[in-house]
Amino acid sequence: MSLDRETVRRIAYLARIRVDEDRLDKIAGELDGILDWVEQLSEVDTDGVEPMTSVTELTSPHRVDVVTDGQCPDKVLANGFDTFDGFFTVPKVVE
Amino acid sequence: MSNTLTQLTIAQARDGLSNGDFSATELTQSCMDTYGAARKLNIYITETPELALEQAAASDARRAKGEALGSMDGIPIAMKDLFCTDGIQSTAGSHILEGFVPQYESTISQNLKDAGSVMLGKSNMDEFAMGSATTTSYYGNTVNPWQAASGPDAGKDLAPGGSSGGSASAVAARMCLGATGTDTGGSIRQPASFTGIVGLKPTYGRCSRWGCVAFASSLDQAGPMTRTVRDAAIMLGAMAGHDVKDSTSTPIETPDFEAVIDQGVKGLRVGIPKEYTAEGMPEEITSLWQRGAGWLREAGAEIVDVSLPHTKYALPTYYIVAPAEASSNLARYDGVRYGLRVEGNSLDEMYMNTRAEGFGEEVQRRVLIGTYVLSAGYYDAYYLQAQKVRTRIAEDFTKVFEDVDVLLTPTAPSPAFTLDAKMDPVTMYLNDIFTVPASLAGLPGISVPAGLSQHGLPLGLQLIAKPYDELTMLRTAEVIERFAGFDLPVFSGREA
Repeated sequence: MSLDRETVRRIAYLARIRVDEDRLDKIAGELDGILDWVEQLSEVDTDGVEPMTSVTELTSPHRVDVVTDGQCPDKVLANGFDTFDGFFTVPKVVE
Repeated sequence: MSNTLTQLTIAQARDGLSNGDFSATELTQSCMDTYGAARKLNIYITETPELALEQAAASDARRAKGEALGSMDGIPIAMKDLFCTDGIQSTAGSHILEGFVPQYESTISQNLKDAGSVMLGKSNMDEFAMGSATTTSYYGNTVNPWQAASGPDAGKDLAPGGSSGGSASAVAARMCLGATGTDTGGSIRQPASFTGIVGLKPTYGRCSRWGCVAFASSLDQAGPMTRTVRDAAIMLGAMAGHDVKDSTSTPIETPDFEAVIDQGVKGLRVGIPKEYTAEGMPEEITSLWQRGAGWLREAGAEIVDVSLPHTKYALPTYYIVAPAEASSNLARYDGVRYGLRVEGNSLDEMYMNTRAEGFGEEVQRRVLIGTYVLSAGYYDAYYLQAQKVRTRIAEDFTKVFEDVDVLLTPTAPSPAFTLDAKMDPVTMYLNDIFTVPASLAGLPGISVPAGLSQHGLPLGLQLIAKPYDELTMLRTAEVIERFAGFDLPVFSGREA
């Protein structure tokens, strides 16, 4: 299979990475190379095989539902690009 | 004095400090001097000399009062820049995290701090740990202190492997006594092989991932990089332990890893998996592997031929699973809460501009691949199938470990290559062909320097053990180390 420019454009938008028009073909080619190579996995018989989602067989640990951390808004905001009155700010989204 | 101090192993330095032969301050200063004479290697993204001297002085003060903390007290180390360190820039090798100053300390760096170790700086790495040469860092390449003595690459600058290349070069060039690495598909073991040092990836769950910048969460694991097997045991002991802040951290006791390493391999069954060969792999690596098996046999182990039939599918499985997890983990870099922001005309445009400028080529490639294999219509064919093949790969190991105690393989299919080597992405990925299978199965692995290539470059052998059986792995590694008698040269300063 091979990726077309439109597909690369769509994936790039899903991943929120700007890809300029002049790079679409190069990236399509590179991704194609990788996808061609991983294609070999389809030859493995996986009928009835459970997907592995974690290497640890442990059940998820539980803890008491209490607040164990927090009350440090200054620390949380310390690396924000732009903060205002205890909030992160983003470009205007509502006209 | 200062030069000889950096030659010491962690175990030797521990004894010297405890005997009062020298101070942690002298030891730390000599490490900093060694780096000062070889800055061309580009080890650190951020150096922390004031902090190091402060920590060294605190260690000396503790010792003077008879309150030394243990084996790592006063030991200077390099910290891979993937670990968040409170008040100290932590970049993960990426432009997008340039200037990011965490307000908290990762569990691993905290554990090492609590053990009294001295942090010299944050070492260079492939961006978000994605790479096998430390050539994808935004902060420039790290250079391997080794050079080929002959052959086409003689005299050229070599890659230290990756992604923990800064840590690997620092340990090999004796700029620190040990260093932290992280290993998602081979990022501790392959650079250890390329630089002639010991690199240990523990069982998944042995070391906490809390505060370590995430790449692929089901695979990432921290571990020590040192000059000897004993040092790896000592340093792992200080790093490991259950952490309630990481729900995948295993609630088990941390054993005394160092206590067992002299026990030898008498009676152990060592498996040699026949699938661990690669197209174009030099004969010298195969013969070193055979020599390694011979050493273990001579030391009383039984060598058993085994098969791990799904080995060839490990790398393609990894290159679906890891990018898929990465595309999700890296979604957090949005230009809002930390790091770089590049403005745009809308929120979406700001995200897209920030991520286009903040992520390097390889990271973008993996995020795109990961996004693709997780997208509607492709999820089952790629991601789900890869997860199923991953089960098959893990089953191979489970089965083989019913019969043997530990596996012996080469670490990497080649010695270090030049920094300017041109490789397409898939060729670069093949570096991890022997390290990725154990990562997928969550098993512990260690690379031990075992010999030299025909052109005089280090080659490592890898041992893989059962889950949580680092003890058997370390015992076996010690035998390989002893028989190999590998001699790490003292590199003279290579000034810029």
